[in-house]
Amino acid sequence: MPLIQNQVVEINGWLTMDEFIDLVTIAEMTPGPIAINAATFVGTRAGGLLGAVISTIGCISPSLIIVITLAWLYCKYKEMPIIQSMLACLRPAVVALIASAGLGIVKVAFWGNSDLTDNSFGINLTAVILFAISIFILRKLKPNPIYIIFGTGVIGMITYLSVR
Amino acid sequence: MKKDYKLYLTLFKSTFYLSAFTFGGGYVILPLMKSKFVDELNWIEEKEMIDVIAIAQTSPGAMAVNASILIGYKIAGLSGALATVLGTILPPLIILSVISLFYTVLKQNLLLNALLKGMQAGVAAVIANVVISMTRSLCKDKNILSIVIFVSAFIAAYILKINVVIIILLSAVSGLITHFVQKRNKRGGKQYNLS
Repeated sequence: MPLIQNQVVEINGWLTMDEFIDLVTIAEMTPGPIAINAATFVGTRAGGLLGAVISTIGCISPSLIIVITLAWLYCKYKEMPIIQSMLACLRPAVVALIASAGLGIVKVAFWGNSDLTDNSFGINLTAVILFAISIFILRKLKPNPIYIIFGTGVIGMITYLSVR
Repeated sequence: MKKDYKLYLTLFKSTFYLSAFTFGGGYVILPLMKSKFVDELNWIEEKEMIDVIAIAQTSPGAMAVNASILIGYKIAGLSGALATVLGTILPPLIILSVISLFYTVLKQNLLLNALLKGMQAGVAAVIANVVISMTRSLCKDKNILSIVIFVSAFIAAYILKINVVIIILLSAVSGLITHFVQKRNKRGGKQYNLS
């Protein structure tokens, strides 16, 4: 993000700083990868639909090349003992990284966005209850996670708005 | 698996839905990809999915895009990768082209804010669920080395806030070391159980 800001606001002057802050908000609250969202937004503002398409292509081309090379290497060499033992050590690290990111998201859901929390202690009880119910349903019934996300969204929206 | 247009269509459709309905960064979309491709379609093993995430994290660019390239490539080669990339980038492209035209209206929309706030709890639950099942399958192996790596990587990432790429490289190096230690021990007749 700081890199994008430098390019877009300071070097090329496509957006003002205020517009850039809006961009970050929108990129985070619309679905899809944040970097792609940001690229599309800048592209549209600077050059319409064509700009959006071009900046998105620019955004994914480096990863496309690098990742396809890595994917090819992975498929070719993953049976080698040395690669196997490397992957064996990578897996727990990756699970730990996801756990760490997950804990961060849980924290934001429980304590973040203080303007919408419904008591003075700071913890968002609605979110805690929704979280507990969702975990229970996910583990017992194993539904499609997208239903859970939308379900909590709708129930949360009704609760937050009725509290107000 | 037959490599006909239906396969590509499923790849495209799956990633399109995932990208269209997930808010937030790569860590939100990855658990959903896991439940789609590992649990629902059975196209990828859980271990392979974790490898995919490791590669996606260490490569430059958006993690979700990288992961979708890897999954597409793994299932159907180069054209599979193209199908999943298209599926991943089209939703943001379409949605943002529309939103950037009248974004000031949306920014102050209370309804949307409350919806997103509610969804945070659901997203947190989905991720927590995936973490629980992944940690459980990790502990099932009863491999002390993996548990040590898990705990130290968690401390490094969450408490010390060390860069993700450094953590991944360090654990890859420890994998290399155990490989050579194991090799030497094999000659001595002693062997640690590594899975």
